Amino acid sequence: MKRLFVTTGRHGLLILLSIVSLYPIWFIIQTALKTQNNYTMNPTGLPSPLTFSNFVNVFRDMPFAQWTVNSALVAVVSVGGVTVIAMFAAYAVAFGEFRGRGFFFNSNIALMALPPVALVVPLFLVMVQLNLVNTLTSVILVYAGLMVPFSVFFLVNFFRELPHELIEAATIDGASHLRILTRIVVPLSGATTVTLMIVNAIWVWNELLFALVFLQDNSRRTLMAGMALYQGRYSVNEPLIMAGAFLSIVPLVVFYFLGQRFFVRGLTAGIGK
Amino acid sequence: MAPEMPGGGSTVAARPPGLIRAARAKGWPYLFLLPAVVAIAGIFVYPLIEVVRYSFYAGSVGSLSYVGTANYVSLWQDPVFVQSLMDNLKLLATVPIMTVLALVIALIINSQIRGWRQYRSIVFLPYILPATAMGLTFGYLLERNGVLNTFLRDIGLGALAPDWLGSGSIVVATIGMVIVWQQLGFGIVVFAAALLGVPTELIEAAKMDGAGWWQVQRLILIPHIRRVIEFFVILEAITMLSAVFTYVYVLTQGGPGNASSVVEYYIFQNGFENGAIGVASAAAVVLLVLASVLIFFYLRLRLRSEGGAK
Repeated sequence: MKRLFVTTGRHGLLILLSIVSLYPIWFIIQTALKTQNNYTMNPTGLPSPLTFSNFVNVFRDMPFAQWTVNSALVAVVSVGGVTVIAMFAAYAVAFGEFRGRGFFFNSNIALMALPPVALVVPLFLVMVQLNLVNTLTSVILVYAGLMVPFSVFFLVNFFRELPHELIEAATIDGASHLRILTRIVVPLSGATTVTLMIVNAIWVWNELLFALVFLQDNSRRTLMAGMALYQGRYSVNEPLIMAGAFLSIVPLVVFYFLGQRFFVRGLTAGIGK
Repeated sequence: MAPEMPGGGSTVAARPPGLIRAARAKGWPYLFLLPAVVAIAGIFVYPLIEVVRYSFYAGSVGSLSYVGTANYVSLWQDPVFVQSLMDNLKLLATVPIMTVLALVIALIINSQIRGWRQYRSIVFLPYILPATAMGLTFGYLLERNGVLNTFLRDIGLGALAPDWLGSGSIVVATIGMVIVWQQLGFGIVVFAAALLGVPTELIEAAKMDGAGWWQVQRLILIPHIRRVIEFFVILEAITMLSAVFTYVYVLTQGGPGNASSVVEYYIFQNGFENGAIGVASAAAVVLLVLASVLIFFYLRLRLRSEGGAK
């Protein structure tokens, strides 16, 4: 009897927590399907009438398509770049013997936790000098650089678990390190690389501070910067904003349920061994 | 047709061009590190030096003049900066709350309750969502007559329905709540994963000795994942100190008044809205000093756990 009570209590707690976790997402969907009038009269109820016009208006009232393209472009280029850079560095740390190896690796761990906001003023002034303000190149460069420490850390931890004999045997056979990296290590790192790219892409997709500061033309913005500024500057139209929010989280939610283990492994990598 | 022999490369090695020769020699690791070192130098090291330098200057980019420590003095005399720093410290209070909550829920999930995998994936979902989009959403949910207050009034708790984001005395707590909403699942998943790694023999032995459910949790499981708990506490403390800009910007813009400004927001406002590069840089240096204490503990924990793994 007591046991049943305890089990019910535990399920009750977890169900309550699940509702709290999911309700805001439900609220986004429900509000996106309402007319503004309907939302004002009844913010909590189901849509009545049901309308899809917000999803059309998002593309008409804001440069939403352009923002999405910008965000995707920035994510693809910066994540692609940092992956290559980090691969080389992590290979050297994991398999090379050289002075400064420990220092380099520990610096990466420390920089992983450094507040990016401390860098934003000088980096902005650099971009001014390079004439890169208001270009996607500016955020691509900064994002790629900011992601280096975590990416190196993440890949080194994985490379260290690869069988060392494999690398040594290839070296003895005379293969160059570039060849070992591209022909042996990279093919063995498929799942790890995907995990790293997902984590980094989420970070870029969600980043706000640098996007806000560096990208000043409305059409040059990323999705997050565009939406944050839109809501501050124009008359409040909740269903429209929620339609935008819905579209911005859809790719994340879909990928999450398709490949949950990648997300969990990558996002929790800063903790534990 | 014989496939290309792996040893075939050595014939090329007879007279390789400079770059390849360097890569072949002992120096190859430096060549491999070069792009990463250049990136770190450009995006971290150079700006760090510059931010310290700017903190001793005043004026705009073209006409900077040396002012010594005047920017630091004016920081302490600026009530907005003091308020911002206090707000970061208040947000730190969410760390113990979140840690305890996450631990309790992870222990429940770990007791192999039916559907635990589904619960785990649902509670982790908020953590991957953009803080901007969720901030916009919570802005509506927490309006004076928004969803949360409507709900509270409907169940007869109208007295507990404050102006979540509009009242200076509770706005920081509200922002803290939103952050906990988003990050709690991170803690739960991390703790649950660590708990799965506790050897079952240990648990069985304790049960044989007559330990009850709570005793097993308290004496075996929690001590076993102590290091992961420490990691979580430090990482969340770093977050509360230096990674809450998005929430503040989207939810309140630091308002009402400056009641919910944080140091990051202060840097943003001074550097980009007021054009006070020197003051923004001085605030960034203060933030860096505070963060480096936490980063030191994080690094130490990392090195210790790697030493333990070998």
